[in-house]
Amino acid sequence: MKYDVIIIGSGLSGLAAGIRLAMFNKKVLIVEKHTVVGGLNSFYTRKHRMIDVGLHAMTNYAPKGARNTPLGKLLKQLRFSHDDFRLHEQEMSEIRFPDKCLRFTNDFELLKQEVREQFPDEIDGFMRLVARMESFDELSLTTSEWTSARDILAGYISDPVLIDMLFCPLMYYGNASERDMDFYQFVIMFKSIFMEGFAKPVGGMHYILNLMVDRYKSLGGELRMGAEVQSINSAKGVFESLTLADGGQLKADAVISSMGRIETFKRCEPALAKEVSSESSAGQVSFMESLFALDQEPKDLGYDRSIVFFCTGDRFRYEVPKDLIDISSGVLCCPNNFKYPEPLTEGMIRLTNLASFGLWDALPRRDYIDAKKEWRTRALENLFTFFPDFRDSVVFLDSFTPKTILKYTGHLNGAVYGSPVKAKDGTTPIRNLFICGTDQGFLGIVGATLSGISMANLHILQKKVAPDA
Amino acid sequence: MTRDEVRQAVVNILADIAPDEDVSSIKDDVTLREQMDLDSMDFLDIVMELRKRFNVEVPESDYQQLVSMASCIQYLQPLLKDRQLAS
Repeated sequence: MKYDVIIIGSGLSGLAAGIRLAMFNKKVLIVEKHTVVGGLNSFYTRKHRMIDVGLHAMTNYAPKGARNTPLGKLLKQLRFSHDDFRLHEQEMSEIRFPDKCLRFTNDFELLKQEVREQFPDEIDGFMRLVARMESFDELSLTTSEWTSARDILAGYISDPVLIDMLFCPLMYYGNASERDMDFYQFVIMFKSIFMEGFAKPVGGMHYILNLMVDRYKSLGGELRMGAEVQSINSAKGVFESLTLADGGQLKADAVISSMGRIETFKRCEPALAKEVSSESSAGQVSFMESLFALDQEPKDLGYDRSIVFFCTGDRFRYEVPKDLIDISSGVLCCPNNFKYPEPLTEGMIRLTNLASFGLWDALPRRDYIDAKKEWRTRALENLFTFFPDFRDSVVFLDSFTPKTILKYTGHLNGAVYGSPVKAKDGTTPIRNLFICGTDQGFLGIVGATLSGISMANLHILQKKVAPDA
Repeated sequence: MTRDEVRQAVVNILADIAPDEDVSSIKDDVTLREQMDLDSMDFLDIVMELRKRFNVEVPESDYQQLVSMASCIQYLQPLLKDRQLAS
């Protein structure tokens, strides 16, 4: 049997590409190595709790009827109604540094006002920067030269604290590079977080993924779980077949891979020697996350923000830490503090810190478990120098590290935002093999989904003639 | 297909590609882009739905014929005259 298209990976980008193709009667198969869909934005169950991984909040929130927004485009392309996603907006979030604090909501005016009050000398520059970003086409699929966002910001803002405060959420929520960002990524993240904003779906990732899987299957798409790709076989630069880990062979006219650019190239036969040898382009940025189920609402413990991006040190450093994790900055998420129609059944706080894949990977199994506990404790102790102590209210806790991310997603180094080198047009040296997902360059839940949509449109649906192979 | 049926066929497509829109109030002589904020991705969907439903190919050079409901009907009616409106 031969498919029109095989998609590798059932994360949001793979599912979205699958829906688009199945919608126009393509014979599509999605292969997923894990037993659960979702990839980097997934969920797991522990002690009757359904726990989201990846998703703190959906960025790019837009109200119903805002059609020319990333969310509006996504809904139209997948033919969902805004109501289907059951989104509820954040209450208020915050960037908290030792001497300054910037609050923001889904109304961009508040952030402008906060900058005006906290950094009166910088407001003019900030507004000029915003104007520049408003007229910037960050969704272009044409690759341009890497442009340092730090260099560009330096032309508008002089206070390093404000620069750090703006970078902190944008980097934590989507930057594959250490220390600096490609400017177009900065614009994508700035718009998605500050100008559009946060929301969460009732039912979390589990609900959204089910919605997508149901749509995909109802259109005739096939989904095979536990099917790991061992090699992507091509001849003369044209893809021919996939070999699965169980020895099965699959044929298709084209492949869209969401497993990551280098991860994909590593499985190509014959080897794409030049691309794979550029190991340095593998992403390095990863995280440790701990979640704490509480016996009361986070608000009653003094946590009244939806998301807090914090830094407790003098400068914010977004880089692979020299210890197992960097406790001096992080993200706190309180899923309860969204405008849900009904309160969630349990209080929950999630804490994310930058982590070093290499150091976690080098630990022997026994030390690994102890280290998770030790660093979770250290992170909390540092946190409680600035925030209220909630330890007495914890009824359940769990942590995952970059090793966990590698194990379940296959992304090298547990790099949740993939490689710093993005393949915006999705092409590879193999003519009918395409990349979607994190390494294509759109980020976040909405971005990942749009990535799958754009790649399916550009390379399969808009193809005027069949490949002349 | 009659003129009214062609119009209905286009309305059906628009209703499917934009589930949050009220397609009952579409004005025939105002551009679809203006009324429904349709972008190039949406026009691609209209073209693909015409192919899927009626086996009609709209070449890229004719996309401008789909600019409003009136021009859609004028352009599509000769192409659809022998087809049935699917229920």
